[in-house]
Amino acid sequence: MRVNFTVNGRPQEADDVWEGESLLYVLRERLGLPGSKNACEQGECGSCTVRLDGVPVCSCLVAAGQVEGREVVTVEGLAEYAKQRAEHGGACGTGACGDNGTSLQAAQQWSARPSGGAADSRTGEGAELSPIQQAFIDAGAVQCGFCTPGLLVAADEMLERNPSPSDEDIREALSGNLCRCTGYEKILDAVRLAAARQERQGEAV
Amino acid sequence: MDFLRPASWEEALAAKAEHPTAVPIAGGTDVMVEINFDHRRPEYLLDLNRIELLREWEVGEENVRLGASVPYTQIMEHLRAELPGLALASHTVASPQIRNRGGVGGNLGTASPAGDAHPALLAAGAEVEVESVRGSRFIPIDAFYTGVKRNALQPDELIKTVHIKKADGPQQYSKVGTRNAMVIAVCAFGLALHPETRTVRTGIGSAAPTPVRAREAEEFLNAALEEGGFWESGKIITPSIAKQFAELASGACNPIDDVRGTAKYRRHAVGIMARRTLGWTWEQYRGTGRTLEGAA
Ligand SMILES: Cc1cc2nc3c(=O)[nH]c(=O)nc-3n(C[C@H](O)[C@H](O)[C@H](O)COP(=O)(O)OP(=O)(O)OC[C@H]3O[C@@H](n4cnc5c(N)ncnc54)[C@H](O)[C@@H]3O)c2cc1C
Ligand code: FES
Ligand code: FES
Repeated sequence: MRVNFTVNGRPQEADDVWEGESLLYVLRERLGLPGSKNACEQGECGSCTVRLDGVPVCSCLVAAGQVEGREVVTVEGLAEYAKQRAEHGGACGTGACGDNGTSLQAAQQWSARPSGGAADSRTGEGAELSPIQQAFIDAGAVQCGFCTPGLLVAADEMLERNPSPSDEDIREALSGNLCRCTGYEKILDAVRLAAARQERQGEAV
Repeated sequence: MDFLRPASWEEALAAKAEHPTAVPIAGGTDVMVEINFDHRRPEYLLDLNRIELLREWEVGEENVRLGASVPYTQIMEHLRAELPGLALASHTVASPQIRNRGGVGGNLGTASPAGDAHPALLAAGAEVEVESVRGSRFIPIDAFYTGVKRNALQPDELIKTVHIKKADGPQQYSKVGTRNAMVIAVCAFGLALHPETRTVRTGIGSAAPTPVRAREAEEFLNAALEEGGFWESGKIITPSIAKQFAELASGACNPIDDVRGTAKYRRHAVGIMARRTLGWTWEQYRGTGRTLEGAA
């Protein structure tokens, strides 16, 4: 079957989709967006987390046919999504404001790179990153990186909802995301850092 | 496989009548796991996501009418005062991502003895409204669970609404697991005080082939509270009453040994949870007469 839906603010069409296929499979294998990771396919690890009409979900548990006509944001579109949000306020919930969003090609080739010139993928310097992505780098919250995309999407959504989260709020919001490397402390640091930066920026405006 | 996407409730009922083997999919948090692991290859998937009425709820005089697909997150956020037990139970389900998709209709559809909604529904008192092209009927929650992962639905029926009694007193939900998030219950216990009728209702999860009420424990406690004038005086429930209530609750279990725990442990833990949830709710009842808010 064919599935039409919006990915990172741009309309997309996936063809030859098997009826029992997951959204995760469509993103990775049909649209060439491997940012969302496949680890368990049973909702346990959260590494496949994307936003479906704004809501964080495990894309491995959403049937492809269920996303027809709906809006999905993946980690590849997160930087643009956060930028739109900062510019348009909460009004742009989908990252699809104006003619923006992230094209499939840009999303497929996404890396921590600047608009021109070279970026340092270790420090994120010169790159177009969302604040949560930058905070993960700065706090050393990335080791093997497999859990990172899901955590970024979940953490970004929490900060959108709850700009000054308590530690308990952070733990709760990330309780569906497993990390086998970091021991979570640096991930918590990263989210606290992003929240603090966001707050400072809010005061500056 | 065929993917059926009815746009309305009527279309969904017609599709289910035409294809009784079609597997409804709401949040997909049970169905997709089975498909991903090839445990299930249904001929038809019947998507319920486009049916608006399944995602709505309404607070009435006596009942909350909860659409089958209202996700747990919404129950936690919006129905804590009316359905404190179910809100607490919802909060213990899996993770935010799962709670954003899964709901009570799917929990009832799967009818796992470990489903967290069940003890809360049993304790609060509920009826499941199911419908087919033949008409609709109300199934009392006590009659809904018919066996291990079996329920009272006919092949052409869909769950439309769960009618849950609005709390008229404190309610609690307690769950034993190895950690706080992402854990299927080893066993669970729901308890609701109903001061209006001067009754206590209970629900036990994961300690019998189906979710069950601890009926003997309820009957004993109702009589003891009435006899001792506890509802009027609001005095502390004596330890001997609490103890007997706990023992009878243990006795209502018919558990098995499995990877999550032994039968003996489950019986023991259900007794402890029965005593504790009774203590918590009774304190709340004494303290404020009627505090309805759950502490989720
Ligand atoms: C990682 C993980 C952790 C989990 N942890 C918990 C937990 O802690 N506690 C818990 O209780 N559950 C847990 N679950 C199970 C699951 O999330 C719940 O059972 C949930 O309530 C299912 O709802 P759903 O809408 O996703 O159901 P779906 O998967 O869409 O459907 C489940 C079943 O119900 C049927 N169904 C759905 N809607 C209807 C309807 N309207 N009419 C008739 N039949 C219908 C489907 O055909 C299917 O048989 C977990 C699942 C995962 C993946
Ligand atoms: S791959 Fe989806 S939760 Fe693990
Ligand atoms: S960094 Fe390796 S799993 Fe989290």
